[in-house]
Amino acid sequence: MAYVDDFPTDARIVRWNMGVAFLALGVGGLFGMIQALHRTGIFRGFVSSADYYTVLTGHGVLLALVFTTFALAGLFTWGVTRSLDRPLPSPRFTMSWFVLMLVGAVLAAVTILGGLVPQMPLKADVLYTFYAPMQAHPLFYIGLVLFIVGSWLAGFDWFRTYWQWRGDNPDRRIPLQTFMVLTTMLMWYISSAGVAVEVLVFLLPWSLGLIESVDPLLTRTLFWYFGHPVVYFWLMPAYFIWYTVLPKLSGGRLFSDPLARVVFVLFLLLSTPVGFHHQYTDPGIPEGFKFIAMTNTMFLLLPSLLTAFTVVASIEHGARQRGGEGRLGWLRSLPWDEPAFAGCVLAGLMFAAGGFSGMINAGMNINYLVHNTLWVPGHFHLTVGTASALTFMAAGYWLFPQITGNRLRFRSLATVQPYVWFIGMTLMSNAMHRAGLAGVPRRTAEPQYDAVTFQGVVGGISEMRLQIAIGGTILFVGLVLFLVVIFGTWLAGSGSDSLRVNGTIPTPLSGPEHSPKILDNLKLWTAIAVVLIVLAYGLPLSALLADGLFAPGSPPIPV
Amino acid sequence: MEIHRYEKIWTAAALLLIVGLIATVTYGALGPGVKMVDDSGGTVDPGSLGETEFADPGVTRTGENQYEVHVVARQFLFQPGTTSPIRVPANSKVTFYITSADVVHGFEVAGTNVNVMVVPGQVSEITVRFDEPAQYGIVCHEYCGAGHHTMAGQLVVVPEDEYDGGN
Repeated sequence: MAYVDDFPTDARIVRWNMGVAFLALGVGGLFGMIQALHRTGIFRGFVSSADYYTVLTGHGVLLALVFTTFALAGLFTWGVTRSLDRPLPSPRFTMSWFVLMLVGAVLAAVTILGGLVPQMPLKADVLYTFYAPMQAHPLFYIGLVLFIVGSWLAGFDWFRTYWQWRGDNPDRRIPLQTFMVLTTMLMWYISSAGVAVEVLVFLLPWSLGLIESVDPLLTRTLFWYFGHPVVYFWLMPAYFIWYTVLPKLSGGRLFSDPLARVVFVLFLLLSTPVGFHHQYTDPGIPEGFKFIAMTNTMFLLLPSLLTAFTVVASIEHGARQRGGEGRLGWLRSLPWDEPAFAGCVLAGLMFAAGGFSGMINAGMNINYLVHNTLWVPGHFHLTVGTASALTFMAAGYWLFPQITGNRLRFRSLATVQPYVWFIGMTLMSNAMHRAGLAGVPRRTAEPQYDAVTFQGVVGGISEMRLQIAIGGTILFVGLVLFLVVIFGTWLAGSGSDSLRVNGTIPTPLSGPEHSPKILDNLKLWTAIAVVLIVLAYGLPLSALLADGLFAPGSPPIPV
Repeated sequence: MEIHRYEKIWTAAALLLIVGLIATVTYGALGPGVKMVDDSGGTVDPGSLGETEFADPGVTRTGENQYEVHVVARQFLFQPGTTSPIRVPANSKVTFYITSADVVHGFEVAGTNVNVMVVPGQVSEITVRFDEPAQYGIVCHEYCGAGHHTMAGQLVVVPEDEYDGGN
């Protein structure tokens, strides 16, 4: 029995969420290739340099918010219903958050794309970070609000399902997948409050002309209060797959359920009080608070380092179950031709590299060298662009047969796709990292500045540009392969073939019975998380507010 | 809770790495004295820069081998920097005060550690030593509008004996 047979209604909502996610991925990915070719000067015929920023905004919003959040909503709906073995309580409520998120995403996307049509008054090329006082059309902010409220209601839906299950099972441990969903959503509620206040209290009234000016540093600080945790909102669903699905794909079972819980609790505690590490080079924030944010950030490495151990140990266990032997020889026994497996493992491998460049970003003095250079997109194309994106694609290969009832189509394309992505990303991100070290700025439409020479540490600037352009093109090819497989599978219609996928997930080697009960005390962890945030943010925010909510203020500047 | 022996060793190594990273930054701050941009620059009203020390931005000498440079960033130029280069003598200690008249900008002197955000209403203060004569490009590294990629400037460190005080 496949998931779609047991939970037909929930399977549909998983399909739709993943479908919207992958459509956004397609459009955002196309924009990415246009940027890679434009800013390297290889081909500049798509858009003008002024319109480049519209494309860049679309790329950021569609991929970093829309793709990731819808993919998460699909995966989490599947994880909650599967692990609690019960459907979401009300299909109508479920539809309401899906529609709310969709309307919000479409509003934001239309406002952004309006920037490409001169006759339209809609414009929002304010990039993914939408720093005030640069101002977008009010519809952009309204879209963001609807989208975020939709995601809150989705979380409520999963909590509600859990509470019902708890009523029937007062003494059982929270199943691991549900535990991961709940901790992720608690983290999301806490952190997205920052951007909700920024948009609802400041930017939306300001864009509608209800208030005259906003404090740019205050709104920027509220943005980054959310802007780093959102990174974990992309990453935690990838971890969710690595912990619960990847061990099975490798032929074994999860090494340790308790450690997985510890990792998610650490994310809940430490994700939010770190935002100042995006503001190391900002004026107006005392050095001490930057230092506190840095220590929190560094300790946030711990859950990722623990994950590296547990996931690799689980994979090795799986390989040995399949007959793998030797110190490293077991690597040969893994199913490298299985797209879901290969995608997850290559994503994890690249995440290790991205983690190391992230450690550099987090070091508050070394950060001066790389701040706002191409190094930064080099870094997050490994984390979001590979760890999350490639894992979601890999999960799609495994999940789509189960949620559609169709066998995976174009299997040979699927088999090469993760490797295509890996090669494209290797070329693009290594060149971006090196160009960043040479001081080449990010977020610019031009390959060069007349008066500025950038000195490469290793290799020349023109070679880096070429690698970025080739890498970006290969990534787009990988994306097209993926979309052909997934939508081919979805639209194929249920054939008479029986499914090859087996959706059961084996129990961990060290199960929940080995973990202390306190780990399941979500109220306690939420309370500690809030205390840490008050410590990290209380004083600087009150200092920013001391001279008035809107001062020093800036009037809106249209884009 | 059962923790595998290898898991314990790994966790200890991970914690050691984290504490080590924090230690390097702490050493950088206390030993070589790497100073962060902080709130020392104070705030200004971006709407009335004409009434502040940014009314006439440029280089001023404040002591022997000590200079202050006030820079206003606006769409899409640095003032001074873009139309005329910022000129300072070699073997000098230069403190930059940078603010914005409109949106958020960046101020990066490519090839040096001068790399700060420029936020309207705030003054970014950063001090740097220039020992040798050199030419540096200045880049705005934060998207600031459709002409962002045209926003650049120059900083020239001239030999001490050729320095005429102006910019």
